Amino acid sequence: MSTVERPPAPVEPLFTPAKIPPGAPSKIDPPAGEDLITVNFGPNHPSTHGVLRLIVTLDGEVVVGLDADIGYVHTGFEKNFEQKTYWKGIPYAPRMDYVAFFANELAYVGAVEKLIGIEVPERAQWIRTLFAELNRLHSHLVYLGTSGVEMGAMSVFFYCLRERDYVLDLFEMATGVRMHDRYPQFGGVAEDLPKGFYAECRKFCRMMPRRIDEYLDLLAGNPVWESRYRGIGTISPETAIAMGLSGPNLRATGVPYDLRRTDPYSVYPQLDFDVVVGERGDAYDRFLCRAKEMYESVRIIEQCLDKMPSGPVMATDRKYVLPPRAELHTSMESLIHHFKLVTEGFRVPPGQVYFPVESARGEFGCYLVSDGGTQPWRVHFRAPSFVSLQVTAMMSVNRYVGDMIVVVGSLDGVMGEADR
Amino acid sequence: MTAAQLATAVRSAVPGSVVGHEKGLDMPTLTVKPEKLVDVCTYLRDEQGKNFLSAVSAVDHLGYGDEVAGYFGTERGRDINSTGSWGAPITPEPPPKRFAIRYHMAHVGDGPTDRLRLQVWVDDGEEVPSVVSVWPTADWHEREQYDLMGIVFAGHPNLRRLIMPHDWDGHPLRKDYPIGGEPVQFTDAE
Repeated sequence: MSTVERPPAPVEPLFTPAKIPPGAPSKIDPPAGEDLITVNFGPNHPSTHGVLRLIVTLDGEVVVGLDADIGYVHTGFEKNFEQKTYWKGIPYAPRMDYVAFFANELAYVGAVEKLIGIEVPERAQWIRTLFAELNRLHSHLVYLGTSGVEMGAMSVFFYCLRERDYVLDLFEMATGVRMHDRYPQFGGVAEDLPKGFYAECRKFCRMMPRRIDEYLDLLAGNPVWESRYRGIGTISPETAIAMGLSGPNLRATGVPYDLRRTDPYSVYPQLDFDVVVGERGDAYDRFLCRAKEMYESVRIIEQCLDKMPSGPVMATDRKYVLPPRAELHTSMESLIHHFKLVTEGFRVPPGQVYFPVESARGEFGCYLVSDGGTQPWRVHFRAPSFVSLQVTAMMSVNRYVGDMIVVVGSLDGVMGEADR
Repeated sequence: MTAAQLATAVRSAVPGSVVGHEKGLDMPTLTVKPEKLVDVCTYLRDEQGKNFLSAVSAVDHLGYGDEVAGYFGTERGRDINSTGSWGAPITPEPPPKRFAIRYHMAHVGDGPTDRLRLQVWVDDGEEVPSVVSVWPTADWHEREQYDLMGIVFAGHPNLRRLIMPHDWDGHPLRKDYPIGGEPVQFTDAE
């Protein structure tokens, strides 16, 4: 059997910025030619972070065509929100992006609060900010760990999951559950921080920067890691903005777009932190951005612990806020309010609002339309994973299959959020 | 820039495009004619710096603001507006057409983000021009709204279902889509 001599498929040099292809921007059609094979990559594959399906056309080991297909965990969140009262929507929100769950709740709760115009007490805002940053740490830790596993670095996964568990312990301490907590509510947070939380959280803040140093020693200085990540999936700032990237994916290209600074919410204007930006917009910069953001998150948590004022954690407007549990035994009005709020819910003035927050993945926005009733008329979420997965094709084409894994991993998509 | 100033600027650049403007609770909102949408978006991107498209959201207003007395599964969709026994019932303004497609955009770069909402109204069966040529990121956003809401974006290079299975019947986020009791649609269900 004779083998046919054929020229190897051309591979783009490193640091070549991704170009927006003609036609559909998120799909690259394979060239006509023999010897091309089409491979179904996923939906069930360890490196697809859930159930992302990539229809890849290969020339030897080089990707020449790619079409991403999502929707395998579509569970109709937006339709479900329309069938529930506003209250019952809160536990739904964190189940979309199950890694950066707290940001989802914040966006939904913030949108409703803006429509009803309820004032959130100062202390509740600080507590929300604290947990938003703890959650950012949680998300970035999961990212670091899983991308370590993708590259074959098993130990960093265990280290990251160890610290992630610490974060979840803090969540459990304050909210009662480790994930999907329903902690922020319209008008504040469900309960005040428990005794012992401060000490435990400070211990965590003292420990965490050293641990991040460790990860960076393990990964950033590792020649294997660097050779797999450097120059892969490069994107220019202009292309990244045109493709709607946000969060660390955009900041890695050098654009300091961070909603905590540009559209501040909660108490972020009162906090001192740096927006971490990269230079070259490749997978390595995205990794480094996330890692360095973890230092900033720790800084913010420390400031929250120092500056948090005392006071109520819930607004007092009984038309929207559940009365304290103790009052139900003594006050008839409280009992009535409680009953009405839980069964029928409150009415929200007609209108529309778009409320974006900086999730660990980027701009997570909640667009809400009310018709004056007790259930949302329409809820739509702007999911950063959904948007960022569009660039998979243009980043992966004319590169090796192994680099495609790096691209998908470094975009840090969560499929639960992309499909909703 | 306020909504009125913005409306004047857009009107002078693309005559006959802006139907209305409002201050909005969160950001200025302009209502434009569907046929002028691409021109307006190009102008906003190039001259007003709205280089970042956050989201495309379609809203079905079937039965919006109507007094619906009934139960789940009425002809008009469902009873979402049952009058509460407390609180002032506020009736929203009736929508001009059935679907509203809202584009949230921002400026990313130096200076404030200056968010803006653009809305177009269409009826069932009417087409909206695609803005993929203006913001490439609109690709999946429009495919999602086509899939779940059934809005046809004319000129979209790859308008296929994105989230639901490719052979699905109907558009689940419409208000007249039956909830509960629909047949299981799997290809191997026969």
